[in-house]
Amino acid sequence: MIPVLLISVPLVAGILGFFMKQQSKNIAWFASIVTLGVMLYAICIKHCVCNNEFEATWLPGLGASFHIGLDGVGKMLCLLTAFTFPIIFLGTSERKIKTEGSYFALMMLSQAGLMGVFLAMDGLLFYFFWELALIPVYFLCSMWGGEKRIAATFKFFIYTFIGSLFMLIALIYLSGKTDGGSFALKDLYNVQLTLKEQNWLFALMFAAFAIKMPIFPLHTWQPDAYDQAPTSTTMVLSAVMVKMGLFGIMRWLIPIFPDATATAKLAIIVFSVIGIIYASLIAMKQDNVKKLVAYSSIAHIGLMCAALFTQNQLGIQGVMVQMFNHGINILGLWIVIDIIERKTGIKKMSDLGGLAKTTPSLVIFLVIIALANIALPLTNAFVGEFMMFTALYQYNVWIAVAAGIGIILSAVYTLGMIQKIFYGNTNSVTQNVSDININEKCALAILVLFIIVMGVFSEPMFAITNDSVVGLLKK
Amino acid sequence: MNIQLALIPLLPLIGFLINGLLRNKLGKSMVSLIGCGVLLVSFILSILVFIEVKSGTAITVKYFNFINAGTLHIPFAFQADALSALFLLIITGIGFLIHVYSTSYMHEEESPHYARYFAYLNLFIFSMLLLVLGANYIIMFIGWEGVGLCSYLLIGYWFQNKDYTNAAKKAFIMNRIGDLAFLIALFWLFGKTGTLTFSELFDIKLNLLSKLTATDITGITLLFFVGATGKSAQIPLYTWLPDAMAGPTPVSALIHAATMVTAGIYMIVRSNALYTSTGAAITNEIITFIGLATALLAASIAIKQNDIKKVLAYSTVSQLGFMFIALGTGAYTAAVFHVMTHAFFKALLFLGSGSVIHAMGGEQDITKMGGLNKYMKTTYITFFIGCLAIAGIPPLSGFFSKDAILLSAFEHNKIIYGAALFAALLTAYYMFRLLFLTFHGSFRGTKHQEEHLHESPVAITVPLIVLAILAIIGGFAGVPEVFAKGYNYIAEFLHPIVSDKHTGEISHSTEYMLMALATGLVICAIIFAWIKNKNYTASQNNALGKVLENKWYVDELYDNTIVKPIAGTASFLNKTIEKFGLDGAVNGVGKAIHAASRQFRLLQSGQVGLYILLMVLGLIFCVMMGFYKFAL
Repeated sequence: MIPVLLISVPLVAGILGFFMKQQSKNIAWFASIVTLGVMLYAICIKHCVCNNEFEATWLPGLGASFHIGLDGVGKMLCLLTAFTFPIIFLGTSERKIKTEGSYFALMMLSQAGLMGVFLAMDGLLFYFFWELALIPVYFLCSMWGGEKRIAATFKFFIYTFIGSLFMLIALIYLSGKTDGGSFALKDLYNVQLTLKEQNWLFALMFAAFAIKMPIFPLHTWQPDAYDQAPTSTTMVLSAVMVKMGLFGIMRWLIPIFPDATATAKLAIIVFSVIGIIYASLIAMKQDNVKKLVAYSSIAHIGLMCAALFTQNQLGIQGVMVQMFNHGINILGLWIVIDIIERKTGIKKMSDLGGLAKTTPSLVIFLVIIALANIALPLTNAFVGEFMMFTALYQYNVWIAVAAGIGIILSAVYTLGMIQKIFYGNTNSVTQNVSDININEKCALAILVLFIIVMGVFSEPMFAITNDSVVGLLKK
Repeated sequence: MNIQLALIPLLPLIGFLINGLLRNKLGKSMVSLIGCGVLLVSFILSILVFIEVKSGTAITVKYFNFINAGTLHIPFAFQADALSALFLLIITGIGFLIHVYSTSYMHEEESPHYARYFAYLNLFIFSMLLLVLGANYIIMFIGWEGVGLCSYLLIGYWFQNKDYTNAAKKAFIMNRIGDLAFLIALFWLFGKTGTLTFSELFDIKLNLLSKLTATDITGITLLFFVGATGKSAQIPLYTWLPDAMAGPTPVSALIHAATMVTAGIYMIVRSNALYTSTGAAITNEIITFIGLATALLAASIAIKQNDIKKVLAYSTVSQLGFMFIALGTGAYTAAVFHVMTHAFFKALLFLGSGSVIHAMGGEQDITKMGGLNKYMKTTYITFFIGCLAIAGIPPLSGFFSKDAILLSAFEHNKIIYGAALFAALLTAYYMFRLLFLTFHGSFRGTKHQEEHLHESPVAITVPLIVLAILAIIGGFAGVPEVFAKGYNYIAEFLHPIVSDKHTGEISHSTEYMLMALATGLVICAIIFAWIKNKNYTASQNNALGKVLENKWYVDELYDNTIVKPIAGTASFLNKTIEKFGLDGAVNGVGKAIHAASRQFRLLQSGQVGLYILLMVLGLIFCVMMGFYKFAL
């Protein structure tokens, strides 16, 4: 029952929101908290009596069924999805949004889509939710975005949509290869393919995931999209949607194409690591704080992608916890940036400065979040990064060393960001900025609490993911 | 003991949380009370631990799992043995004195900032305690990065000043370079042995180190050392330390003289089992060489600096170099001994300089001081004691520890000994130059400053007196055998963990002679300093003087060979590759499709004839393809 609730609650809330525009905001708040409650229940009740899987007939003619289920890999990401939306609502509650009825409805629809992606146990259903998550985000960007939103959103949509089509082609071909043309995940895991077929299909599916993450050199849609999308949508994009790519690789790529993975993994790891250094270097040169965070995220995702393809248990578990932690940290960064942009109207760091004097609480939050962003020990990101680096080291020493340069560069641009925004003297704009209010404090305090608690006691997260990761490796 | 041991770092953490979270509500006296109080209790607990481990036992306590996934099991565990107990005493003891000193030194800060300062200071102590208490390399690394963070926060404490925040950033980033090397060493060690816990790694029965080949040992020890060069400010990663003087003076005393910068020495002594195995022979040569080069380089720069804190900063770099000479030549206890005595006299000197800066109203340029001995008796006398101690005048503490290092260098190689002795002479010279320019001669500051000159309050002078006493008597913890057998307490105390390697036999007469030589030369250096600096006259520097004044242009060298090329590459990637290369290609594809579709649209002319023609052509093509396939 739980998987059904996780999808249907936000879905119903989204649909209701379109019809009851006055109430849309309240519905969204309510639904997102219910979803979080359900998810927390699912996590806490380890040996749940209720069924964690659900199957219903859906397009039987095509061999697809509505089969959803919650396993360890999905759990972390569903938790992240469930957690992200209330935090976004809380953290951006001060922002005035025009026609907020549709806005909240679309947000909830994208949550439903995201949940579906992480729960789907059927290939066609997976594709369906993959697109369902994308479309509301497209509308959110193009209706509530910045000045250059049309171009940025168009590029983002076309880019990822082409990727999705490749995936669809691959999925259809795959189902044709199964006995009786099924899209079910377990059938796809058993499909027999020649190496040539594997390579082609791998390339098609990987294209979709690589664009979504994105990894170098397919990343150019991302900085523009992050910059132009409304911050709340950017949060959805960066905290959850980019994980769709990693998740797809974990569940829908590596286990289906083991041989092709073995062939391609070195190249993918190398590209990912080049991406780490490349994106970090470019991040150093950004004056627009949103683009800085975008490139920083590309670097972090690059590390996760590389670690994932090492196919080492430590690495994959590192990726599992890091997907969650990266979501938490980047949410925090965006909330801080949104607050600054709202209060000053500025996103160019060279025009800011001295905010530590006028917003002392905000600076503390940002410093802690920024330290998590550079994976300082006792913040959540350290554990995951340490494991991923260990795996990468065991795969190849020099690749690990190259990726390690990212550790240094991340300190350079992150500390540079703190310095430019918060230190120094105030100017005519920043001297009149007021400190943050209670809602924003709450949102940031929750995130900071997560950052520190998970940085010290990471064991529960491993407990959730351990069995699934071991299961994945056996495939 | 479990809880006591945990409380030692926990108390400063609690102090940090209270002062940090309630910084707007607590008054200054409350903040001081909490900040200093937690440390006093920690210090008392540390003494208890010290007594407990004196007999040679080690206490290991596991609290919870820090990382537990797959093959990686890292417990959050503490280990207290002789080595860590000694560091505990230094950190909490000197830390306490510096906290007390700070209550007066920072008194003019606004209340929330005052609380912020003490919160950072407590957080630093917490991290430093984790570093020395950790029972495995990961917990050590937590502390290792934590002290780096606190150093960053405290150097940039006055965040309005861009130079200060730049210095803070530089310190953190240069430390991170070392940290990367440290991390890689950990991956390497873990990959080969499967554990990072000290008690397992260095257990003789388990004999895990036998799994390491000579190459592994060389690589791991070298990487650890690179990590140490970052934290302990050695060539090539030392340039952050002089800049770190941007922080408040008590911070310089605590972090950048007495404790954090000695973390590298602690780490290598902790890993001495690796460094004493045969594979590390090359590493040890490199350590000796780098230590020596750093000692000489920094001492030569210190001669020409006019900022009172900069002189002390380069002096610290140079003294750390001495400690690395000791490590490289296998004299581990001598290195730890020097860490201890250096903590006494360098903290004393820094705090003394703070007292001077305080009296001078923030002035740090010694060419604008002079004759201060008349106004600040306590500061002057204690500073004088500090100078004698660092110069190595018997029987002050610096004499014994430096002598132990020089002796080890002598055993190792006569040239290294000669060079190290020369560095020691430079030390005596620049320290007494500093002393004479500051406290002797006539006052060269403004009238206003002169009226203002005064001895510092009790909270400043009492720590100075305590440290001065320690600087005098601290050396008796390690009296060499040649004077009295069985009085080298520190070597005895550390014996369960580490013992010095003595390569050659040195007769007592040689040893006496070396001591006499060193002492005699040092006295000559002091006299020379007196002649040159008793009356300050502004004079033009010669060519060498200019190079020294500009710190051998190392910052400029790094800027031009590393910082600028990286920034240039980043610019190029950002402006050219990203905008025109990758994004250009993506947009190009978009434009091409757009253009192509415009052309294709022309085909849809509505003339049925053309459509049929195209259809026929298409069919022919398909059939041809079919035949082609068939023919294959």
